[in-house]
Amino acid sequence: MGITFRKETFRDDFTFKNSPEHIRRFPFPFHEDSYMYAVNIEPHVVGPKGSVLENLIDVDEHYVAEMQDRALVLAEDPLRCQSLPHMTLAGWDLLELLMEQQALGYPEHFTLERNGDRWRWINRPLGIDDTFTFGDTSTLPYGPMEYITRQSQGDFCILDQRDGNLWMDAGMVTTQADWSLDFDIGMNFFEWHAPVPLAHEKGIFVRALKFLTNIQQGKPARRLNWTMTINPRLDTSPENYHKWGPDRATVTPENVGDKVHLRVELQSFWRLPRSNGIVFPIRCYLIKMDELVTQPKWARRLHRVIRDLPEELATYKGLTRYRPTLVEWLSKLDDGSATSPGFGPD
Amino acid sequence: MAAKTIISRPIYGALSAQPGKHHLFIADAEGALAIVDMAKTAPPGFFDGAEIVFIPGPDGKHVAALEALKPAKVHAAPSFASLLPRLKQTLTNAHMGLRLYLSGTEGLIGQAMQVALEAGIDHTSMQTEHRGSLARRMQCVHCKGITENVTTQPATCSHCGLLLLVRDHYSRRLAAFQGVCINAEDRSEIPPVEEAFP
Repeated sequence: MGITFRKETFRDDFTFKNSPEHIRRFPFPFHEDSYMYAVNIEPHVVGPKGSVLENLIDVDEHYVAEMQDRALVLAEDPLRCQSLPHMTLAGWDLLELLMEQQALGYPEHFTLERNGDRWRWINRPLGIDDTFTFGDTSTLPYGPMEYITRQSQGDFCILDQRDGNLWMDAGMVTTQADWSLDFDIGMNFFEWHAPVPLAHEKGIFVRALKFLTNIQQGKPARRLNWTMTINPRLDTSPENYHKWGPDRATVTPENVGDKVHLRVELQSFWRLPRSNGIVFPIRCYLIKMDELVTQPKWARRLHRVIRDLPEELATYKGLTRYRPTLVEWLSKLDDGSATSPGFGPD
Repeated sequence: MAAKTIISRPIYGALSAQPGKHHLFIADAEGALAIVDMAKTAPPGFFDGAEIVFIPGPDGKHVAALEALKPAKVHAAPSFASLLPRLKQTLTNAHMGLRLYLSGTEGLIGQAMQVALEAGIDHTSMQTEHRGSLARRMQCVHCKGITENVTTQPATCSHCGLLLLVRDHYSRRLAAFQGVCINAEDRSEIPPVEEAFP
């Protein structure tokens, strides 16, 4: 049985919703009642059936709509997809990884046939059936990274490893939490993280870089990150901040449940075999407060996390303007009782 | 008003004479004085293999001081844009081992470094010294236009007109600081404009 792909939008009329099964599988990012940065990296191994970790590259009911939204973003702003000249081989690595993983996890939707360098890729949800020569860019309608990431949920950064550092040298970034690939491309790990508060002082990035530069082939790693977004908008880029920023001033006690969304990034890190680069998929999951609080444990915990969040983090995540309204709304769903350990709902 | 400094913000040092036979200096305005100061401790004959390209600015000062160092060549240019074709040619044809020294305003250092990076020179091998104006070169993240010589915080984008927070986040590839709309969430909020980068 395949996935039933929803027809929905992430802009204008914002018809995005999660089905009840997708609410239960939402990757809630808080394992305790408070939040502070940590090097929360763990092996990216397959998790329970029915969770977002059932497959290492997750495809869900939002797939088709997300790919349509990506196409709209790219038509408006082609700079969201860039690859420096030395990154083409890594793009082929990524194409192989995503085709293999999607075909493995969802054989009813994706098929990869290989005959030497002649590959045939069938993507049924998007109506694609292409035959091409692996390694020959002229046989695809786009460069390899752009071709496959127009067919894969989440943003993708490809990092070149040299001089003991990682360099953001290619990416497809259309569903980002307020950072610009066009500005950051070519920067090293410390430079592109420069605007993040508190974490540098805690030595987070030094330790994270050490971990990432040692990632081995076949042993991917992952972490969760989070922020909040008003309306289910995937494209919260700095490029368009003057267009989506006003949404933050529209939150009222009456519309919190519908407008305020928890935005979770499942970030994974994979060594690429030919280029020795690292690909860093940033998969974005959205859930509106009304959906999230159907799980009482999550409602209680989120209330405590947002209420107690250090001011610098609240500012960095852009919550300042609506945090009091949100905390007040969540507080009515928090009876003060204990929450069970772990991320999952009760 | 500006955030405290961050890791992507360039840090400049003081020029010091590097070993080697071929030295290329690129400077503007008071950047000439960094070269003159460095010359005081440079080994004898150092400037025999040195070329200085210099953008004096409107007051035309410091050319004589540079000529007094007796470098192999002093080339004065009226603007960075006018210098660009020559600079690209020089760097493309440069021998391995050419030493690069950049001094003056951040905009000059950044743009000269950008050309050198495109020619395959590693940024950590370049000597830099900031002298003179703190004015910033800013890219508007929204319309992508570059505004030169930004001295205020916030600053108006000279292309799209949005009022921008001039961040410390800096791109060597673009040779620019990032400007982000400061009142995107409520356009009626107009923060005071201060002279932040004189």
